Amino acid sequence: MSTWKPLSGTQAVAEAMRQINPDVVVAYPITPQTPIVEFFAQYVANGIVDTETIPVESEHSAMSATVGAAAAGARVMCATASQGLALMWEVVAAVPGLRLPIVMPVVNRALSAPINIHCDHSDTMGATTIGWIQIFSENGQEAYENMLLAIRLAEHPDILLPAMVMQDGFITGHGVENVEIFDNDKVKAFVGERNPDRYLLDTEHPYTIGPLALPDYYFEIKRQQEEATRHVKKIYLEIGKELSKITKKEYPYFESYKLEDSDAAIVVLSSTAGTAKDTVDKMRAEGKKVGLLKPKLFRPFPYKEVRTVLKNIPVVGVLDRSMAFGAYAPVYAEIKNALFELEKRPKLQSYVFGLGGKDIFKSDIEKAFNELLSGEVSSEKERYIGLRG
Amino acid sequence: MEKKGWRELMRGADLPPASSLDYKTGSWRTLRPIWDPNKCTHCMFCVAYCPDMAISVVKSEEGVKGFNGRIYKGIVRLEADLDFCKGCGICAHECPTHAIEMIREEEATSSK
Repeated sequence: MSTWKPLSGTQAVAEAMRQINPDVVVAYPITPQTPIVEFFAQYVANGIVDTETIPVESEHSAMSATVGAAAAGARVMCATASQGLALMWEVVAAVPGLRLPIVMPVVNRALSAPINIHCDHSDTMGATTIGWIQIFSENGQEAYENMLLAIRLAEHPDILLPAMVMQDGFITGHGVENVEIFDNDKVKAFVGERNPDRYLLDTEHPYTIGPLALPDYYFEIKRQQEEATRHVKKIYLEIGKELSKITKKEYPYFESYKLEDSDAAIVVLSSTAGTAKDTVDKMRAEGKKVGLLKPKLFRPFPYKEVRTVLKNIPVVGVLDRSMAFGAYAPVYAEIKNALFELEKRPKLQSYVFGLGGKDIFKSDIEKAFNELLSGEVSSEKERYIGLRG
Repeated sequence: MEKKGWRELMRGADLPPASSLDYKTGSWRTLRPIWDPNKCTHCMFCVAYCPDMAISVVKSEEGVKGFNGRIYKGIVRLEADLDFCKGCGICAHECPTHAIEMIREEEATSSK
């Protein structure tokens, strides 16, 4: 029996962590992630989980302690956002190479400067090239389920890579909605326990982790990491099918919303996809054929599958909640990459919106759809939604 | 040693044992430690502090002559292994009897 609870997105993630019951959780607060570790600390204090919590004095130490515990053989989690991710970056970058299956919820927030506590994706978009699996969530429900999926994915013996599970700071992170929490026993059976085939506390079989590897081995080890990353897509679907048995939902790489016969489509991540779906419904009711693609698995990026669903759509607009200064915006760049192999490519338009938590409304998305439908787009020129002047 | 390809390597940075023996890090050196065995008490401070394990240690029953002309038996240190000594000078800094002096590499090679 599942239960419906009114939860914020951060508490939904904490609920997933309660059911996963990790051996160690390393806690350092940063807005808007703080409630995750606060709720979880309550579970620990009340004896609901038997996790060891390690409060630390900075995010750099948080990720360091996480790495240490994971290498020792524990199932470990920590959580962060924005500058916190930036401060732990040095260690974050080392985790995929160490092949430690750490799962870290990230509540997306703008990166300084100027200082801003609200949502955009510039924090995690900076971490797309180092080998973490990245899964984006539209709402608290998805964040909860993605956590369950991520832990199994990260710990799969053919993968053993860390994973970030994203949701939008404040918008879904602090916004409360009804979340379906699935039966404790079923979830516990699904997530199982971490069974590392090697770990540093196994004194019978000592090995070295993180040694020096100069030109003689570094390249080989990185190629091996890429091979593990290539396994993710297949295993993501397999584990998704297993999770479906509990949740009765499907776990594709991305959600396609009324795309099949669309004259124009929008691609957008996370909570804005919800607003965009409402817009699609409204415009469809007015007879305008529009659709939406919401990427969920962002790393590794499912290029072929995205190409398959977008290939017959005449115009595609990509809405990015972050910029890549001096380059195409991150999601736009991926969509453009995905479509390059086509002989006849859709027309493309890049939009940037919502930086630093600036609101986006259905009327904004409708305006973008109408621009796309008019065909007056430019694949080279970035457009801005909600920018003054 | 034959280098392994990426498919054969153990997962992650779990390298074959003793691969660091192939890294002759001594070529990075600008200062060379000159050890005076007559001042050495074989206290092993230098061995403990050396970041590269570049100081050779052996077991000697007959002993070696050291500080104050005494014969030091058991575990004794020998010359630094210049294949691995990076010349950081930590050994010279830590040595209680000042038995190690750091000199410039070109000085050491020209006097040979």
